[in-house]
Amino acid sequence: MDDVRSTKYMAKISSSFILKRLHSLSGVFPIGFFLLEHMLSNSLILFGAEAYNRQIHFLQSLPFVVFMELTFIALPILYHAGYGIFVTLSGRTNLSSYPFTQNYLYTLQRITGVIALIYIAVHTYETRIVNAMYGTEVSFARMQEIVANPVMFWFYVIGLAAICFHFANGIWGFCVSWGLAVSEKAQRNVGIGFGTLGLLIFIVGTASLVKLL
Amino acid sequence: MAKFDTIIIKVKRQQRRETKPYGEEFHLPYRPYMNIISCLQEIQKNPKTFDGRRTSPIAWEQSCLEEICGSCTMVINGRVRQACSTLVDKIGPVITLEPMTKFPVLRDLVVNRKVIFERFKQVKAWVETNQTSGPGTQIAPELAEKRYHLSKCMTCGCCMEACPQINERSDFIGPAAINQVRLFNTHPIGAKLKENRLLALMQGGGIEDCGNAQNCVKVCPKGIPLVTSIIETNREISLGLIGLLKK
Repeated sequence: MDDVRSTKYMAKISSSFILKRLHSLSGVFPIGFFLLEHMLSNSLILFGAEAYNRQIHFLQSLPFVVFMELTFIALPILYHAGYGIFVTLSGRTNLSSYPFTQNYLYTLQRITGVIALIYIAVHTYETRIVNAMYGTEVSFARMQEIVANPVMFWFYVIGLAAICFHFANGIWGFCVSWGLAVSEKAQRNVGIGFGTLGLLIFIVGTASLVKLL
Repeated sequence: MAKFDTIIIKVKRQQRRETKPYGEEFHLPYRPYMNIISCLQEIQKNPKTFDGRRTSPIAWEQSCLEEICGSCTMVINGRVRQACSTLVDKIGPVITLEPMTKFPVLRDLVVNRKVIFERFKQVKAWVETNQTSGPGTQIAPELAEKRYHLSKCMTCGCCMEACPQINERSDFIGPAAINQVRLFNTHPIGAKLKENRLLALMQGGGIEDCGNAQNCVKVCPKGIPLVTSIIETNREISLGLIGLLKK
């Protein structure tokens, strides 16, 4: 029998196990932390154009901004999405036979993941990629221009809802996958806690979008 | 009590593993307190479909008839459960019987559940000892009580049938085998193989394939805390990973 602490033991762990745990971890760090930062910055919209534009200038003035964006945002999201699609395709939902709450959450987690991916692709193109290619400033006015289109406004609300659900339910899943919340009571408390956080982010985010109108 | 005279039973049948499945409908006069097994026995006496056509007797498995052995597990009205403990009075006059979908069908309602045994062997679901003399290890009553609930698994396959992560595209080891890991890792002598069992779950199709849909614990007829077993085992694995980092 090999000791847990031996490198031989480490070598026997399959890559599929490591990839799945990385998928779970990447959802919390860095993606979850980025979401919190991003939504906090967005909430400055509620304090007016000046406060929001100042925050954007601050973020743009950070050192190695492109490197940080690629390492801590783009790559983790691409990995999380890619592995997530693989996970989604390997499951087969059975809600009609087993209509239990957790089974609905399981199915919704996969659906919201796909919606979030589409939303993030469009949103990143409209803001960051357009900025990099044509130099279009990201600002309060630019965001107003985007959500002035009612289709885009509702697309943003739906995307935001999907992301908030995926984030809250995903952290609950993280606590399960890593064995942080074992008992049913702990699981429920974690669910309520992060469910509330997700709802809070959704409310603040929607208020910011409405403010832009 | 039930308010119907006829029980309508629709059975998904299949002659052999290679042949195509087909449906047959049977009508039975209602009697109180019938279970699915007694319905199948009633059909067995004179196997005729509802329109009077003679047919072959339906094949199914049964043994204990008291939800202890798990052999009569099948999909009844879309949901996996034991035929012996499913009462006609409770589920109404129209009943669909299908074999489980996650195991190969041998004939009609009989499936081959050998894969569960193979999974248990994979995780070394036994206590290994080469010392046969001397007193055995003592187990605290609290632990014995906890382990008793984990030990009730009858390998019926309900948890695997209801799991969305087990299908033709994914060979997840399943909740039953993970529960066995927890059962034997909490045994004082069985714990000798603890790391090997955890390692077996860190292979392809191992514990990482759990999607947290938690159907297993809802359908388990023995009330085994399968989800808690999975999370507890995940915790053991995480602690092992932290041990690797500390090295």
